[in-house]
Amino acid sequence: MSEPLLQIEDLAVRFRTDEGAVRAVDGVSLSVERGEVVAVVGESGSGKSVTGMTLMGLTRGPNAEISGSARLDGRELLTMSNRELRAVRGNDIAMVFQDPMSSLNPVYRVGDQIVEQIRTHQQLSRQQAMARAVELMERVGVPRAAERLRSYPHEFSGGMRQRVMIAMALSCSPKLLIADEPTTALDVTIQAQILEELRQLRSETNAGIILVTHDLAVVADIADRVVVMYSGRVVEQGTLDELFYDPQHPYTWGLLGSITRVDSDRSARLPAIDGMPPSLLAPPPGCHFQPRCPHAFERCGEVPELSPRTPDSPGHLDRCWLEVERKRTLRLVDGQIGLAAPVRA
Amino acid sequence: MSAISSELSAELPPEGGPAEPDLPAGTGPYRLAWRRLRRNRVSMFFGLVFLLIVILCLLAPVYAQDIAHMGPNAGSPTTQITIGGKTEFVTNSVGVPIGPTWNFSKYFLGADSLGRNEAVRLLYGGRSSLEIGVVAMLITMVLGTVLGLLAGFYRGVTDGLISRVSDVIWSFPVVILGIALATVINVQGLGPLHSTTLMTTAVVIGFVYIPYVVRPVRAQVLGLREREFVDAARQQGLSGPRIMFSELLPNLSSTLVVFVPLILANAILLEAGLSYLGAGVQPPNASWGTMLEQGLQLFPGGFSTVLVPGVMLVLTVMSVNIFGDGLRDALDPRSKVAR
Amino acid sequence: MARFVIRRLITMVLMLIVISFVTFLLFIVALPGGNPAALIAGRLATPAEVHLISVRYGFDKPIWVQYVRTMANLFDGSAYSYQEGFNVMGAITRGAPATLSLSIGAGVFWLLSSIGLGTLAAVRSGRYTDRVLTVLSMVGVSMPPFLLGAVLIYYVSYKAGVLPINGYISFTVSPWQWFRHLIGPWITLSVLFIGFYSRVLRGSILDAQGEDYVRTARAKGLSERRVLVRHILRMSLLPIISLWGLDIAQVIGGGAILTESVWGLHGIGQLAFNAIGAFDTVTLLAIVLLTAICVVVMSALVDILYAVLDPRIRLG
Repeated sequence: MSEPLLQIEDLAVRFRTDEGAVRAVDGVSLSVERGEVVAVVGESGSGKSVTGMTLMGLTRGPNAEISGSARLDGRELLTMSNRELRAVRGNDIAMVFQDPMSSLNPVYRVGDQIVEQIRTHQQLSRQQAMARAVELMERVGVPRAAERLRSYPHEFSGGMRQRVMIAMALSCSPKLLIADEPTTALDVTIQAQILEELRQLRSETNAGIILVTHDLAVVADIADRVVVMYSGRVVEQGTLDELFYDPQHPYTWGLLGSITRVDSDRSARLPAIDGMPPSLLAPPPGCHFQPRCPHAFERCGEVPELSPRTPDSPGHLDRCWLEVERKRTLRLVDGQIGLAAPVRA
Repeated sequence: MSAISSELSAELPPEGGPAEPDLPAGTGPYRLAWRRLRRNRVSMFFGLVFLLIVILCLLAPVYAQDIAHMGPNAGSPTTQITIGGKTEFVTNSVGVPIGPTWNFSKYFLGADSLGRNEAVRLLYGGRSSLEIGVVAMLITMVLGTVLGLLAGFYRGVTDGLISRVSDVIWSFPVVILGIALATVINVQGLGPLHSTTLMTTAVVIGFVYIPYVVRPVRAQVLGLREREFVDAARQQGLSGPRIMFSELLPNLSSTLVVFVPLILANAILLEAGLSYLGAGVQPPNASWGTMLEQGLQLFPGGFSTVLVPGVMLVLTVMSVNIFGDGLRDALDPRSKVAR
Repeated sequence: MARFVIRRLITMVLMLIVISFVTFLLFIVALPGGNPAALIAGRLATPAEVHLISVRYGFDKPIWVQYVRTMANLFDGSAYSYQEGFNVMGAITRGAPATLSLSIGAGVFWLLSSIGLGTLAAVRSGRYTDRVLTVLSMVGVSMPPFLLGAVLIYYVSYKAGVLPINGYISFTVSPWQWFRHLIGPWITLSVLFIGFYSRVLRGSILDAQGEDYVRTARAKGLSERRVLVRHILRMSLLPIISLWGLDIAQVIGGGAILTESVWGLHGIGQLAFNAIGAFDTVTLLAIVLLTAICVVVMSALVDILYAVLDPRIRLG
């Protein structure tokens, strides 16, 4: 079996701060195949964005400690020299960031910003690069592309800016696209259009896509596989169907339970997971979710391995000590998947 | 799958840096700032240096009476001292004073051109310089804050008047403004102010720095007055002054605290500049500025009379500046901008 | 863009008129010395003589007439100091070469040095170089210019004999001597500004490092150098350029008095100092106007530069 496009093994990222070491990412393993969309889900501070940025080397610095392995097409990214890494950034791996309003430099014309990236990686004249930029802008659905390339970012709407960001990301035909919450800052209708662009891109270029998001609706819309992160760790991963119809980790139940549904009782309060995410400076021992988990028991003081625990689907991994059959009953709250209310003393 | 809609992050805490670890609930921002400041060893060290200088200067009379046995204006060029069995005049035949003797009781840091004890004058001069610095800083802070509050809160004509006047003052070099004001007051007098009081210099310095506080305070008030808590106070029928001083002022406090060392350092520097030009503290009062000026008159002889007050002045101002820098970092850890 | 510049220029002229009128009121009419006629007439003059002078110089006319006349005199070069009797324009043009040489030379020096040092400190943020530069800048902002000047003169000029002790040599007389005589004053005037500016620049670069668009630039695979020069410095330079505009204007308008005094340069600062001491209101008014013109012109230039550098201002 050939190696996947991207293989991350046991990635850990720590930042030294005045208060102590922050374990932003604490042992993440995942893989992305060509043409596959992998969604990384979790709440703020779960390490999902840091994981994406680390692949690009954007978290490197005097206060960062990075360990583990991340191979793109067999090439190790984490130990690459800065020079080699720059050749990969924007070329083999491209990234689309969360906030299109602030991710483009306000003082340069958008055309120049796209051309800058193209000419960093390819031997093209300015005119050729500009022609390529026009082509890209048209492809991501910017009308009157040639004219709009001369505009400044503040003359674009949020959705249009995100298209520019995507055009820029695509400019060197990357093998892997990391989209970090690409639709969070946008209206719902624009969201759908942007997702459509990503879907098309995947089928046209066969690029792998990592979609970092906290929005399960987006996940359901586009992902092939889903990775759920909590407090720097992957707590569950599997195919879209496995995750949505047979979720194994109580945290995943909580996520699924807190989604509003069209058919839900509107008078009921939207359930939320009780408590706060743990401090990354001093995470609890064992399972990080244990302090918020109503089903926790003694064994949760040990860290559960990320391993296949369901007998019928070997690709479905999770980190929870509960018995599979017990989980399937515990996760039902009022007939739907959710996290039971905590038992209060 | 389309049954799943909308997002779920509504109840999640906002994105941000890691929370402060294991602090008891209700730890106020000033407690936090103090913790951060304490951890900044360089700042704390220079804060202590400044404190030490202040204490030394306050002890000037003790030193003068009990150790040096002479006051700041005692001594003359023909005073004689005996060191190591050798007796000499404190100034030589061409008027150049002796340098430091390093003997605590006998002209420790040498004499000045008039044969006065440099070490005693240094401490007394420090009292004047620090006194002027502190009073000037208080004048600037109080008037600057009040005017900034008025301009930002009432806007309109009030703001126009205050802002334009402070713009104009701000446009002119502080030294020239200071000289002009000091000259007028020294010659003509202004109420209780006249040429022989230190307060003239303090008032002049306090005045010229006012715009440097008015502008940032006004800008911040303009932002604050649109906030909900001000609306709430208005709805409750609180009066304008009440809102300004009990609602807005507390919100300005961290900005104001940062300005205190900054203005203090600059006020001490400006005192030296004005005194050097003869427009500051008037003789025979000692201040670091007048000591520098008198030392420079001997130039190039007796350079120790320039170095002694000079080193003390730079050390003091630098301590205030470094401590102030640490204070600013502690109060606003994200902001790295100097001003 | 053209409209922006024109609007800026009109505001500029209005500002100048207001500032000059206010200073006229303060200096000629309200402030020191009282009636200028008494000053001209001298201490021993009789009231009748003072009245005669009042009429002759037009001090009995309405204030705005006096204002227009004095301004006209200043601009056509026929204003004379009441006390000293010299031509005010002449005095200013005599002082200007020294002050302009000092301030423009020092201005370029302190701007370039602080860009270099501030960038270095930001790039090496938190490391040894940064700490050393921080300490140096703290010493710099805590050093009164005249003290620094005195120390330089004593050790470098007097003891080592490397630089001249004081004085100004005109560029037209000897460019080399002009340069040699200005090295000390340039350093003296610049140190405080370098200390302050490099700290401001370091801060604004560090702030910009956290901007999303800088992260985007890195993610594009640009070299660190290109990220720094094209994406960070352009915006980070704005705050120190606007500081520079005002500081240069003030230094030309007499703000370099301490440096001029310690290095014996007879420039505008010295002239202002003497004029204050002598209550020479006409000379002072001329210098105030000079400062105001410099401040207004420089702030207009800074605004225009801002608009060139940041398209959001230009179009918004």
